[in-house]
Amino acid sequence: MANMQQETKNQICVHCGDDCGKHPVMWNDKPFCCNGCSTVYQLLHENELCSYYDFEANPGIKIETARFKEKFAFLDEDEIANQLYDFSEGNIRKLNLYIPAIHCSSCIWLLENLNILNKGVLKSVVNFVKKEVSLTFDSEQLSIRQLAELLSSIHYVPEITLDKLQQKQNKDANKKLLYKIGIAGFCFGNIMLLSLPEYVPGNEYLETHFKNFFGMMNFFLVLPVFLYSGNDYLFSAYKAIKHRFVNIDVPISLGILTLFIQSSFEIFSGTGAGYMDSLTGLIFFLLIGKWYQNRTYQALSFERDYRSYFPVAVSKMEKGQEVSTPIEKLKKGDIILIRNQELIPADSILTKGDAQIDYSFVTGESKPVFKEAGDQIFAGGKQMGSAIELTIEKDVVQSRLTQLWNQFEEENSEASKLNSLIDRISKHFTLIIIAIAVLSGVYWLFNDTSKAIYAFTSVLIVACPCALALSAPFALGNTMRLMGRVGIYLKSSHVIEKLNAITSIVFDKTGTITQADEVKISFKGDKLTAEDYVAVKSLTRHSTHILSSSIYDYLKDISPENVEDYHELPSMGISGKVNGREIKLGSAKFISEGISESKSLTTEVYYSVDDKVKGHFSLSNQYRHGLSDLINSLSSKYDLHVLTGDNDSERENLEKIFPASSNLRYDQSPKDKLDYINKLKSEGKKVLMIGDGLNDAGALKSSDVGISIADDVYHFSPACDAILESSKFSDLTRFLSITKKSIWIVKLSFLLSFMYNFVGLYFAIQGILSPIVAALLMPISSVSIVAFTTITTNLIVKNRENQINRKKSDRMEMYQTSKSVQLN
Amino acid sequence: MSVLFVLIGVSMIVAGGFLFGFLWAVKKGQYDDSYSPSVRILFEDKEKKSEELLELENTAKKNHKS
Repeated sequence: MANMQQETKNQICVHCGDDCGKHPVMWNDKPFCCNGCSTVYQLLHENELCSYYDFEANPGIKIETARFKEKFAFLDEDEIANQLYDFSEGNIRKLNLYIPAIHCSSCIWLLENLNILNKGVLKSVVNFVKKEVSLTFDSEQLSIRQLAELLSSIHYVPEITLDKLQQKQNKDANKKLLYKIGIAGFCFGNIMLLSLPEYVPGNEYLETHFKNFFGMMNFFLVLPVFLYSGNDYLFSAYKAIKHRFVNIDVPISLGILTLFIQSSFEIFSGTGAGYMDSLTGLIFFLLIGKWYQNRTYQALSFERDYRSYFPVAVSKMEKGQEVSTPIEKLKKGDIILIRNQELIPADSILTKGDAQIDYSFVTGESKPVFKEAGDQIFAGGKQMGSAIELTIEKDVVQSRLTQLWNQFEEENSEASKLNSLIDRISKHFTLIIIAIAVLSGVYWLFNDTSKAIYAFTSVLIVACPCALALSAPFALGNTMRLMGRVGIYLKSSHVIEKLNAITSIVFDKTGTITQADEVKISFKGDKLTAEDYVAVKSLTRHSTHILSSSIYDYLKDISPENVEDYHELPSMGISGKVNGREIKLGSAKFISEGISESKSLTTEVYYSVDDKVKGHFSLSNQYRHGLSDLINSLSSKYDLHVLTGDNDSERENLEKIFPASSNLRYDQSPKDKLDYINKLKSEGKKVLMIGDGLNDAGALKSSDVGISIADDVYHFSPACDAILESSKFSDLTRFLSITKKSIWIVKLSFLLSFMYNFVGLYFAIQGILSPIVAALLMPISSVSIVAFTTITTNLIVKNRENQINRKKSDRMEMYQTSKSVQLN
Repeated sequence: MSVLFVLIGVSMIVAGGFLFGFLWAVKKGQYDDSYSPSVRILFEDKEKKSEELLELENTAKKNHKS
C-alpha cells in the first residue's frame, strides 16, 4: 500500500520522506523518522485512510515538537470562536481555516475525508490556492477546539491568528470584477454583431427600420456596460477631480462619456450608427487589464503585523485557576502563565520560575537569554523550558515591540499610488488632448461650422487612452507573475516600479546574508579521538539548546551512546558520564575557572574530559552562497548598508565581503534600524530593505521597498512588499535588472500607444473619423499592446532564467525545487 | 428579411444563457480554486467511501455494545 522506498544507506520515512537515520522507528515493517510520523501513520492505518500515501510519495508533514495540549485552549472561549465562524445555526458551524502545510494532492484527499476520522465533521472542502479548508461540523459531536486538535493530530496545524480574525477578507471584490467582465464581454460581442452591417460595403441599402432596430438594440445593450461595468472609472475620475489631481481614469472617463453621449445622440437623431462597439470594447479590454493586474498571491500574506505573531489568547491565573484570555483583554497587573515555546505577549515582570527567553523574533539573535524572578521581560520573547509566571506591566498595544509597529498605522498607501508612472503621464496627456480637441473644434468653427462639434468629440473619442491604460497592467502584471516563477513574490505590480527607482540597499545580517540554519563549526585544541566525538555526540543528544543541536547535527556519522548522570545548567553547559569518563561541554566559566573566554569572532563551546580542558568548538555564521558575487555586482550600482543587531564580532568578515564605501553598523535595535532607514530616506534616497525577522519589521515597512527572506514562503514573514525565497538570494541582481527592463518595456509600449493616438488624431482633427476607423483602431491598438508587453516581458525573464540555470549547473549547486506558489 | 428580428432575438437568448452560466459559475466560486478540482476528480468514488463509513459505523456499534 504505502510505497517502500529502499535506499542503500538509510531508509526514508514513509510518512514525511525524511532520512530515518541509523535507527528508524519501525511500525508494521515500515520505517519512520520519528514517533510523530509513525503516530500519524498508525492513526490513518486504523481508519483505513492509507490511500493518503498512494497519491504522492511521502506526502506527510513532519512536526518537530508535538505540543498541542493547551495551544488551542483559547477556542473554548465562545467570544473568540464566534469570530471565526462564517455560519452558525443550531449545531451546525461553518468556518475556514488556514493551513499552511497543504502542499499536494494527498493533502486534499485526507482533509476532504476528515469525516472518517471524526463523524462530527460533516463536510470539508480544500481551497488549494488559498491553502484553506472550509469545514462544516456539528458542534454537538465536536467542539471547535477538538477540531483544531484533530487537524493537528494528523500534522495539519491550522494557523489561527488575531489579524486573520479581525479582517474578514473581502472576497467579493474579485468576483465583482468577474461579473463586470462577463457582462461587458456579452454586450461587446452582441454590439459588434449588430454594428457589423454598418461596416460592410452597400450598407446604404440597408432598410431604415433595420438601422433603427440595430441602433436601439445597441443602445440598450450599452446601458449595463456604461452604468455597471464601467462605473468604477467614472467614480474614480470624479474622486480624482474632486481632490484636484488627474489620474489615468480622467481621460478614460472623458472618452467614455463622449462616446456615450455622441453615440446616443447619433442613434436617436438617426444621423449615424454611433460608436457603441468602441465604447463596450474599450471597457471590456480595460477590465481585463485590471483583472490581470489584480491577480496576486492569495496564499501569501504580505500584511502581517504583530498580531499574527502573538497567540490569540494566553492562560491567565485567576484565583489559582487557569483561564484562557484573549490577549487584548489583558490588563496591567494580570498574572499569566507562559509555557515552553510560547510567546510573551506584553512587557512584563517575571514572578515565578526561571526563564530562558529566545528573543530571535525581536533581535535576530538566537542565543537565549537567562532571566530570574524579578527581571523584566519584553514582549516578543519566546520561553524555552519550563512554564513561568509573569505579571503584566503594560497593555499589549503599549508594549515596546507593538508600539514600533503602530507608528505606521496612520500612514496610508494612497500617497504612493499617486506617484506611479502612468498617473504622472496622464496628467500631461489629459491637458494636451483637451487642448487639441478645443483647438480643432475652434478651427472648424470658423471653416465649416457643421464639423466643429464632430471634430471636438472625435478627438476625445480617439484619444481615449485605452492602449495606454493597458500597457502598464499587462507589462508589470506579467513581470510579477514571471518573477514569482523564479522565486521572488511581489505584493503587487506597483512594487516593480518602486524597485526600479531604488538607489540604496540595506541588508540585515542574521538570517538575511547569513544562513540562519547553517553554522560553520570547527574544533580548536588537542586532536580529538573517535571516542571524544562519540562522547560529544552522546552528550549533545540530550540537550535542546541551539548550540548543542548544532554540534549534534555537525557530527553526522557518529552513533551516540548512553549517558549517565546527565546534568544541564541553563546558559552554562551540560555534563555527564560517557563510557566512564566525566564529560563537560559549555561556556569557559562552566568548564573551569582558569580559562578566560578569548575575545574572538565566534561563539565558543568548551570541551573537557575528567576536568582536563581539551579545547573548544567554535561556531560561526555561514554566509549565504554567492554572497560576495552578489555584493560585487550590486556595489557598482547601489550604495550598500548592513544593519545588524549583533555585536561587531563579525566585522572582519563583513569588511572583506562588502566594499569600503558601504556602511556597516552593529548593535542596532529595531528602533535604530527604523531610524536609519528614515535618515536615508530624508537624504532623498530610495531604500530597499532586505530582512527576515520581526526585528526588521519596522525597517521593512518604512523603506520604499521591503523584501523579506523566507525559507518557506508560506511561513511567518513580517509585513513587506515582496517575499524572496532564501535559496534565490544570490539572484537578487538579476531580479533588479528584470524590473529595470520591464519598466523600459512599459515606456516603449507607451510610445507605441501614442503612435496609435497620432494616427487616430490625424483622422479626428480633419473631422473624418468614421465609426469603422474608431472600431478598428481601438481593438488593434489594445491587442497589439498586450501582445507586445507579454511577449517582451516573457523574453527578458526567460533570458534571465536561462542564465540562472546555466550558472547553477556550472556551480553544480543543488537547490531544492521551489514549491510552486499559485497566483490568485 | 424580417426573420432577422427572430434570429437576433434567439441569438440574444442563447448568448444570455451563456452569460447567466458564467455569472452563476463565478457566484458558486468555481473560479476560486483552479487546482483542487483537477485532483479531486481522480479520487475514489463516493460509494466506496460510504461503504467504508458503514463498516466503520458497524465496528463502532459493535465496540459500543461489547
